[in-house]
Amino acid sequence: MAIDRAQVRHVARLARLALSPEEEERFAAQLGHVLEYIERLQAVDVSGVEPLSFAGDAAGGIVMREDEPRPSLPRDKVLAQAPQQDGKAFVVPRIIE
Amino acid sequence: MAVADFEPVIGLEVHAQLLTRSKIFCGCSTRFGAPPNTQVCAVCLGLPGALPALNRGAVVMAIKAGKAFGCRIAERSIWARKNYFYPDLPKGYQISQYELPICSGGAVPVPGLGKIGLERIHLEEDAGKNIHAEGGSEVDLNRSGVPLIEIVGKPELRSAEEASEYLKALRLALIYLGINDGNLEEGSFRCDANVSVRRKGESKLGTRVELKNINSFRFVRQAIEYEIARQVELIEGGGKVAQETRLFDNEKGVTRPMRSKEEANDYRYFPEPDLPPLLVSRELLDSVTVPKLPQEVVEMLGAAGVPAADARAIVSDPRLVEVHRRIGVDAKRAALFVVGELARAVNENEADLGALKFDPALVPAVWKLQDSGAISSTAAKEVLAELIRTGEAPEKIVERKGLAQVSDSAALEAVVDAVIARHPAEVEKYKGGKASLLGFFVGQAMKDLKGKGNPGALNGLFKKKLGEADGTHKAK
Repeated sequence: MAIDRAQVRHVARLARLALSPEEEERFAAQLGHVLEYIERLQAVDVSGVEPLSFAGDAAGGIVMREDEPRPSLPRDKVLAQAPQQDGKAFVVPRIIE
Repeated sequence: MAVADFEPVIGLEVHAQLLTRSKIFCGCSTRFGAPPNTQVCAVCLGLPGALPALNRGAVVMAIKAGKAFGCRIAERSIWARKNYFYPDLPKGYQISQYELPICSGGAVPVPGLGKIGLERIHLEEDAGKNIHAEGGSEVDLNRSGVPLIEIVGKPELRSAEEASEYLKALRLALIYLGINDGNLEEGSFRCDANVSVRRKGESKLGTRVELKNINSFRFVRQAIEYEIARQVELIEGGGKVAQETRLFDNEKGVTRPMRSKEEANDYRYFPEPDLPPLLVSRELLDSVTVPKLPQEVVEMLGAAGVPAADARAIVSDPRLVEVHRRIGVDAKRAALFVVGELARAVNENEADLGALKFDPALVPAVWKLQDSGAISSTAAKEVLAELIRTGEAPEKIVERKGLAQVSDSAALEAVVDAVIARHPAEVEKYKGGKASLLGFFVGQAMKDLKGKGNPGALNGLFKKKLGEADGTHKAK
């Protein structure tokens, strides 16, 4: 299945990736190959097979913890690696809604 | 124009924060109002390598909602990633449920509307909060990871008014279930509305618009009404409604399109690789109990003789229901107390329903004092007000405030005799047929007794001593 550059641009934008026109071209071809492979998989008869939603051992289902609060991180640690912060919060470019 | 030729079709999506103590996938506190970014950890900050651990309390509350609304509870539901970029979403995805939610179907009973169907109820995590400031936006992630249920209603509502009634009923039900605090202002109960219109008689649904940012019952009505009128006008003018997300601007009372909508609707859901499926065992399902919902309580009160208006007033706040229950006897009289004296005290800030100072079980003791004639009905009101305010035992209040009524016949008789002796002229007139003077005599006696005489007993005594003032002279 072919994928065109407009689709590549759309997916790239959803992933917040800036691609050059050359990259768009290259990834269109590469993603096309990935989809071809998926198409081959689709030829397999899976009727009666439960879709797999979790790749690990899911036999027992999720393990739950009790609803008990635990200490959080100190705020200076929380903010330490932020590119921009004001001692209380992360600071990001102004969001216009 | 012709709004009347169109039928609005409205479905609501409600996000309700669950009243757990800790977040859905980590142990951080969910307490509201803490300083920014003090209730966060590696998991809810979305740091690399951190793994979510599901909170059983959130699952139990979701099951509770599902049972209360008659949903099918899935034995196996799965987690999904909803992908989008926004500064308040540190992982770049929200853990939610998509194809297999924990609850599906069911309905919410709405007074006057019957039952409004539900599509589903699923569990998910909340995002953080953006605070828009000068020169930039601040991000507070305390809310990131707070458990939510999203309650998706079927498009069965036909007006802004119906939507508002549905929301009120749903909110009250969640409060009764003890799983949500119903606080629209703080954002713990949030509503999005899907609105479309179609010509009357048309069975095909029109293009729907999703309305966001409506955080009060009034705004829900305003936003939906505005949107219905906008869509009708558009169609009547030969235009087409675009499928989009619009924000309600509560200052201007209008809806306007949200930017970058294309991205917003392409979430690329896929199964969450960090979480195995959620299995709800028969044992877990059976262990979740559901308290009575508002509708059932109204019916129960009605059956106990409480007038419908009082019942509805009591049910509007589960704390009033609790007070009524604790009074324990005479449901009708107890209801009068709750919607009367107690409601008044709450309005005048003499009582706090969140921290009552009195034991409602003491209320019948006041009635007993009143019914036996030990205190007057006016004094009873005063004792009830004082009981609510201080919690002091009714007998003590009567004593402290000197409210006891003199019913002892010997004591009353002495006063009656004194009044008669003091007013020979009035006695003559009364005997001559001026029956209205009885009130004068009782008033004089009350004055002597400093208002503490039993008026009924005084009436009887004067009549007995002076004879009925029916014009005929009775031998004494």
